Amino acid sequence: MKSFIKSSSLSLMAAVPLLAGCKAEVLAPAGDVAARQRDLLVQSTLLMLVIIVPVMALTVFFAWKYRSRNKAAEYQPDWDHSTKLELVIWAAPLFIIICLGALTWVGTHLLDPYRPLDRVSVNTPVTGEHQTLRVEVVALDWKWLFIYPDQGIATVNRLVVPEDTPVEFSLTSSTVMNAFYIPAMAGMIYAMPGMETKLHGVLNEQGDYKGIASHYSGAGFSGMHFVTRVTDQAGFDAFVAGTKAAGGSLDRETYLALAAPSQNEAPRGYAQVDPILFARVVNLCVEEGQICVAEMMAIDAAGGAGLAGTMNLMPKYARADGRERVMPVLGGNVNMIQGFCGPDEEARMLSQRVVIAPREITAPGPMQGAGLTPPVGLFGKSNNQFSQIATQPAAGEDF
Amino acid sequence: MSVFSPANPAALYAENNPEAVAKYWDQSEHHPEEGASTPLGFWVYLMSDCLMFAVLFAVYGVLGTSYAAGPGPKALFDLNLVAINTAMLLFSSITFGFAMLAMYAGQKGKTLGWLFVTLLFGLAFLGIELYEFYHLIQEGAGPGRSAFLSSFFVLVGTHGLHVTFGSIWLITLMVQLAQKGITVANIRRMNCLSMFWHFLDVIWIGVFTFVYLLGMI
Amino acid sequence: MADVPGAQPTTFLLGRLNWDAIPKDPIIWVTFAAVVLGGIVVLGALTKYRLWGYLWKEWFTSVDHKKIGIMYIALALVMFVRGFADALMMRLQQVWAFNGSEGYLNSHHYDQVFTAHGVIMIFFVAMPFITGLMNYLVPLQIGARDVSFPFLNNFSFWMTVGGAVITMASLFIGEFAQTGWLAFPPLSGLQSSPYVGVDYYIWGLQVAGVGTTLSGINLLVTILKMRAPGMTMMRLPIFTWTSLCANVLIVASFPVLTMTLILLTLDRYLGTAFFTNEAGGNSMMYVNLIWIWGHPEVYILILPLFGVFSEVTSTFSGKRLFGYSSMVYATVCITILSYVVWLHHFFTMGSGASVNAFFGITTMIISIPTGAKLFNWLFTMYKGRIRYELPMMWTLAFMLTFTVGGMTGVLLAVPPADFVLHNSLFLVAHFHNVIIGGVLFGLFAAINFWWPKAFGFRLNVFWGKVSFWFWVVGFWMAFMPLYVLGLMGVTRRLRVFEDPSYQIWFGVAAFGAVLIAVGIAAMFVQFGVSIWKRNDPAMRDETGDPWDGRTLEWATSSPPPDYNFAFTPVSHGLDTWWDMKREGAARPVGKYHAIHMPKNTGTGVVLSAIATVFGMAMIWYIWWLAVLSFAGLVVVAIWHTFNYNRDFYIPVTEIEAKEAARTKQLQAAAGV
Repeated sequence: MKSFIKSSSLSLMAAVPLLAGCKAEVLAPAGDVAARQRDLLVQSTLLMLVIIVPVMALTVFFAWKYRSRNKAAEYQPDWDHSTKLELVIWAAPLFIIICLGALTWVGTHLLDPYRPLDRVSVNTPVTGEHQTLRVEVVALDWKWLFIYPDQGIATVNRLVVPEDTPVEFSLTSSTVMNAFYIPAMAGMIYAMPGMETKLHGVLNEQGDYKGIASHYSGAGFSGMHFVTRVTDQAGFDAFVAGTKAAGGSLDRETYLALAAPSQNEAPRGYAQVDPILFARVVNLCVEEGQICVAEMMAIDAAGGAGLAGTMNLMPKYARADGRERVMPVLGGNVNMIQGFCGPDEEARMLSQRVVIAPREITAPGPMQGAGLTPPVGLFGKSNNQFSQIATQPAAGEDF
Repeated sequence: MSVFSPANPAALYAENNPEAVAKYWDQSEHHPEEGASTPLGFWVYLMSDCLMFAVLFAVYGVLGTSYAAGPGPKALFDLNLVAINTAMLLFSSITFGFAMLAMYAGQKGKTLGWLFVTLLFGLAFLGIELYEFYHLIQEGAGPGRSAFLSSFFVLVGTHGLHVTFGSIWLITLMVQLAQKGITVANIRRMNCLSMFWHFLDVIWIGVFTFVYLLGMI
Repeated sequence: MADVPGAQPTTFLLGRLNWDAIPKDPIIWVTFAAVVLGGIVVLGALTKYRLWGYLWKEWFTSVDHKKIGIMYIALALVMFVRGFADALMMRLQQVWAFNGSEGYLNSHHYDQVFTAHGVIMIFFVAMPFITGLMNYLVPLQIGARDVSFPFLNNFSFWMTVGGAVITMASLFIGEFAQTGWLAFPPLSGLQSSPYVGVDYYIWGLQVAGVGTTLSGINLLVTILKMRAPGMTMMRLPIFTWTSLCANVLIVASFPVLTMTLILLTLDRYLGTAFFTNEAGGNSMMYVNLIWIWGHPEVYILILPLFGVFSEVTSTFSGKRLFGYSSMVYATVCITILSYVVWLHHFFTMGSGASVNAFFGITTMIISIPTGAKLFNWLFTMYKGRIRYELPMMWTLAFMLTFTVGGMTGVLLAVPPADFVLHNSLFLVAHFHNVIIGGVLFGLFAAINFWWPKAFGFRLNVFWGKVSFWFWVVGFWMAFMPLYVLGLMGVTRRLRVFEDPSYQIWFGVAAFGAVLIAVGIAAMFVQFGVSIWKRNDPAMRDETGDPWDGRTLEWATSSPPPDYNFAFTPVSHGLDTWWDMKREGAARPVGKYHAIHMPKNTGTGVVLSAIATVFGMAMIWYIWWLAVLSFAGLVVVAIWHTFNYNRDFYIPVTEIEAKEAARTKQLQAAAGV
């Protein structure tokens, strides 16, 4: 429906028609970011075909022409060097890689998942009128938890977003590594325990899209998928209201029960969410008494807790969800580390989590670089603002 | 179908040209020097071992400040003890050097004597290290307390294991020297062990600097 | 067994080994029964024909690099059958589990199958294959009589066998890891994988890893120290050059793997906090470390095969290799660059745009020397006389297949493209495209090329062609659908599917896998038929030089005598054997001398057997056995050093007899 599908590049002619018929979501996505990633994919392919096709053709041609039965072909058993040819065979791939490298450098920065969107579609830049939808995602064993902090609701295995609205995902995981991927929307990003990652995306067409776990995470991995429903704003508001009306509350206890391993979970919703629940999950301190990573890092930054740090331990024989904890056979750490902060301090610390500052939106444009601020200098302040290293201080420094 | 065309077998035998044969084949008695590859081989092994330590140093670099709200180096390390320990290992390297000199001078008894002194220093080093570990674990700062302590114990412990095996090797070689004397094979083995022992010294200097000294700043 | 409770009950005598460790799955019972029956037949036959003594004396305890090389390849072929069986099971499951069906494998079983497939194919198929090939060829190509450390060579081989035995044991006792082939924590940590699977993985790789590292050191030193007089570095045969680089990579990367696995072991056994979520651990460090080994590993596998393709192309084109020195420089470039690209395996873990772009571009840069190599092969064919024997057919198939795999690889190196294709079946198709199209096709070329050298007769051409065509067609059918599925956003390691539109593609892929199965069967038939008709004069290689070869391995008889060369060859340029033939120096005869050779020893077998027992004891927490076997290792190793009598001289009379027979053989072949 939107123009971006037919617009951006000559690329589409090549590969899309072949596969679009069979739901090749990567090649015919419904979101602007994924479409730009697709464009880069196709452009790179075409660029490489410039050299691949001649090489394959030459291979077949030489193989046929210089077959031993063709006595008419020239035979020079000692010809093994030609400076000019060698120059060509090194220069040709080098040239392609220089082009591809430039494309890569620009594309990687523009399509960095940490970079807030500068446009919702080809012709629509992000302006002050666009409200970014924030979604906090937790990869559980084995289902997805979505928290809508601004709406105060949460869902399991179901994601609803309004069309043409920039979405900012903050992701983490409860136990093992996973990756969050809605092929129609944007590329994937890992969700890892004790860490927080970011992903920005947008969907431009209403409909249902698949969302998957794309990093193997154990027994229930295959069933760990969800439907992403794209509606208009009214539909989204109705969804929020409906979820709120259905009741249910997600606090620390219900979260721990939810986090226990289970497979093929049906979608469900929660009308209320503990506002610092996601911060607790990232900081691995949902469980009562467990120290938050942020507090731990603050203590570590001050040089550790000294010998007092050998006392703040409590034997821990059960996991948060009630299952037995596995003990290392030769001993070692069987303890839970306890925090020094009181509950109030802890809550204040977690609610003060710094949210990535919104970046100034530059004018939208083609991917070839117009959207990039030029670097200031080799060693001066560079355009590093696009990488999360500069924009997202390490968790510990914030407190 | 097959276009197989081997070289004319007759050519291999019949068209022998004596001059060319002399050019391309060394017909003298030719044996590779026995053990000629060993020094290089042992060097390459040491470098691969060095890479393992490199991993441990890197891991310590990443995790060395993750105290997990537990004790840091300042609360745990006793620099005086470590200094004595370092001295033990450095002395053992010197005495190993004396053993090598004695060996090259052909003095078997003296070689064995210096090796024995080296062994004593090595064992003293291990004893002090074990005492340090025991003390830390007693204090509740075992390898499972924090990532910092995990990487500390494994880096220092791996070095200690190397010294342990070096000591076993040292004892074995003393027996062999006593039995067979200073033979070509034993000189080669002594050279290898000497490289190994000095290598451990170099690693320890890295440990002492990066773990203990920097940790106490 | 997935629900083995947290605190694992153990007994003193058997650790955590108990009746529950026997799998309840009928598929495994049938496999077990087949293995036991097959084993009884083989062992019975060995006993009946009194082959034990022969095998022990002539093979198991042999320090001859040629025999060890052949044993490595035999091991690889056996493990290949296992790994491929896993592949077929996955293909069947993925085409079956649609429309609400769970397929025929539960997740506990299926997750082991794909993990075992990856581990076995890389560590116990590809690695022994190339190590065997390098072992067999390198000393011959450099005109040496053996490797630098012959005993170590035997020991390395048996350690690899030990690792394979541990990995195979997991099929029938306990379970294998359900983590994917690199066992990323926290999934491979104690809390998520408490039972023996990951421990099998760790100890299998550690035991085999000792062998791989030592063999890498051995071959590296051999190439540097044992070259024939006159053979300078820039006169090394190209296969030897690529082997040198591969072994440099082994020596400089396997210790990283060893250490990384040790740290994981400590996390699991001793409760340390390297990769845990709690206590300050960092699981991404594992991902970095394992790929710092893992990426060079890719080049360890492919580089020697680049050498094979170079030798084959130049031999069958009847031409000098085009651009020898640029080939060498390209190989060295790849060797160095392979260390600065590891992060491209996890662009999607949020490293930031600058870091991702850096590693993406370094990755692309590797395609420059690789592209140069491809052109070099191309121009070696140019103005040549190409004979389409089987090795050359495989080479051509490689050039066409690998190019596509290389292209998709560069595509995955573009971070934004990787964001949509990472972990997808597109990725799976890509690396099979380069590993099958590069490594396996190369190995098949190598087997067909050097088989006559090793055994004295050529391989059957008809069955070779059957195998070739089924393989090539089967490969394209099996993996092109996976590219398509990847573009449809289908991720790897899934067990059941909801979207019915995938099924047709999985169906085609499964059919491709069946074609490959026929190709593999045809290859074994080819071996069988060739051995059966080995005395057919048309297939015998009497000259030692069946293909009009160029390098020194063709200068001796097929199979070569124990001592390889009665006299030491002297090199005066590239393609020494080619020069010898031209100048009439092919057959030196004269006054022979006794030849100094290493003695066979059974210590390698004993040490590796004890190491295997140690590994099993550690896996099952049988501490008394672990302590005992570890002490045994130390004692046997020390005992071995007390043996100063390790070599002997082959008497002149024996050499004279062998060389006279060889002269007669050549005369007969020439019809003199």
